[in-house]
Amino acid sequence: MKVVLKNVTKVFPGRLKRDDKVVAVDNFDFEIPDGKLVALLGPSGCGKSTLLNLICGLEEPTSGRIFFDDTDITDLPPEARGVGMVFQNYALYPHMTVRKNILFPLGNFKGKDKLTKEQMEERVLEAARIVRIEELMERKPSQMSGGQQQRVAIARALVKLPGLLLLDEPLSNLDARLRLETREEIRRIQKRTGITTVFVTHDQEEAMSISDMIIVMKQGVFQQMGKPQEVYDDPVNLFVAKFLGTPAINVFDGRIENGKVYIGEEAVADAAGKPDGEVYVTIRPEGFVPDANGPLTCGFSAVEVMGRDISVIATHEKAEAPVIRAIVDADNKIDETSETVRFSIKPHKLFVFDKATELRII
Amino acid sequence: MAEPFSDRDVKLKHKKSSKVKTVLTYVGLSVWALAVLFPFFWMIMTSFKSYEEYNAETTPSLFVHNPTLQNFIKAFTDVPLARYFLNTFIFAVVTTALMLVVIIFAAYAFARLKFRGKDILFTFFLSLMMIPTELVIITNFVTITDLGLRNTYLGLILPSVTSVFYIYLLKESFEMVPEEMYKAAKVDGTSDLKFLFRIMVPICRPTVVTIVILKVIECWNSYVWPRLITDRQEFYLVSNGIQEIRQNGFGRENIPAMMAAVVVISVPLIVVFIIFHRKIMEGVARGGTKG
Repeated sequence: MKVVLKNVTKVFPGRLKRDDKVVAVDNFDFEIPDGKLVALLGPSGCGKSTLLNLICGLEEPTSGRIFFDDTDITDLPPEARGVGMVFQNYALYPHMTVRKNILFPLGNFKGKDKLTKEQMEERVLEAARIVRIEELMERKPSQMSGGQQQRVAIARALVKLPGLLLLDEPLSNLDARLRLETREEIRRIQKRTGITTVFVTHDQEEAMSISDMIIVMKQGVFQQMGKPQEVYDDPVNLFVAKFLGTPAINVFDGRIENGKVYIGEEAVADAAGKPDGEVYVTIRPEGFVPDANGPLTCGFSAVEVMGRDISVIATHEKAEAPVIRAIVDADNKIDETSETVRFSIKPHKLFVFDKATELRII
Repeated sequence: MAEPFSDRDVKLKHKKSSKVKTVLTYVGLSVWALAVLFPFFWMIMTSFKSYEEYNAETTPSLFVHNPTLQNFIKAFTDVPLARYFLNTFIFAVVTTALMLVVIIFAAYAFARLKFRGKDILFTFFLSLMMIPTELVIITNFVTITDLGLRNTYLGLILPSVTSVFYIYLLKESFEMVPEEMYKAAKVDGTSDLKFLFRIMVPICRPTVVTIVILKVIECWNSYVWPRLITDRQEFYLVSNGIQEIRQNGFGRENIPAMMAAVVVISVPLIVVFIIFHRKIMEGVARGGTKG
């Protein structure tokens, strides 16, 4: 099932009636293709969860329409939309066993959708098998670990065979190791069932690693949508460039002059045909190559060894952060006694953004 | 080296003083318990004494020498005690059931629904708790009399089918159920009503059970209202029944039979309390200590 949003806006009234309205979702207009795993990515409080609630019907949009395939479902209540949803704290019913929790949505089917006892039982078992919790069926939620509860919540969402699965920060309550495991698990379940899945996260690494597509948003405003690698390699604005990637991208104050990009007095890249002006120059950590004759001179601070790679910590007076970080191949020999280090820059790892609009120039 | 030694010394001293304290506490509590329980003991002993034995005692005897059940038989045959029991049973069951419906909906509304003036209305309800029941009883009496409901079950029951305190208790407990639970249930396809009875109430079962027990006890013990609103024996509850037996039955002259009637009336409550006292405390504590 594909999901289409047309000019969807959600405005929350302010606490005081007068002015302070909050635009949680501002004029969203995009299409989530069928059968894909899509990450909604953005910093906390940017409206990701609101967007998810709009899709599942827990919130009504202030304006705009939402379609599942070609059907307009904007006015349908959540119980009529047939989506599966997993909440951040799982929201399992504490007084029911795992079996009853998973069974619960099926008991609410009405009319021709009504299932017999045997059919229900079969569906519950199938859902439990997919998330691998068959042996926990008679436990209560309180008798299970966070990871297990998570699986039960996914099973409960899957048992309806929904056309769309929504996950709200599914991994944030798990410890680091379980988080890695579970995200692979979500990937596996999504691949196996082929259900269009949207999950909300503020962790860009999580989003990048398992999703087919990511949607980046900021303060209720849509920023960019695309395959993770595309968005990483081709950010449309400074925010997206800064938000994706660990370590974070290095940002410098710079300018364009006579078809060259300058950081300080050093020309680091070509800018043929671009107008002169103040810009932000950003370079991915892996975009630096140590080069005695390179155009960019930085103050040398330290080297961190990471095995395959090394991380060179350096400083530059034009940099936004106190230190800049370069990830270079461990084969490079860095002279640790030197006061400075010089780099040449891989052109496709360098982006230039307009200072005022923060939109991409190069 | 000296330090750990003195440390142990302090500990020993501390242990000794706390032991004395414990002993004193227990002695004090035992005396208190004896004082409280003695009347009950006396009541039970007397109920097993025959009329003749009781009257023959010049100095009251602590124990029964010839236990007999004749007082109990008399309590059920000479006066309509069984009828009082039946009335009380009907009164307690119907009142509690109706009240549960009322307070569950009210608590749900105050805990979950969004409507204008909710907080003000709830504060107003809470402030009603400060008005003593004795004050309300007069207006209630006038209302029920005007409705022509004196000497009816409805008249007995109606004023007690709601309780601000229990609404408050249940609301607190409903509010502890996370909002996501509602959203999950919605996405799972439930109606609000089904969510309330299939999810909210079962989750808050300890509180509901506590309320039921407290309400049943309250019904069992209610005296002033039934006394006012009924003057016909067939509507008397056990509490009025006892009074009736004392004034117009064998109460004044046959003390052992009187005691037997009192025992019969008290025992159900004592049993309920012994079985559920932990639950009662739990529920009240839960409502009182919201995190």
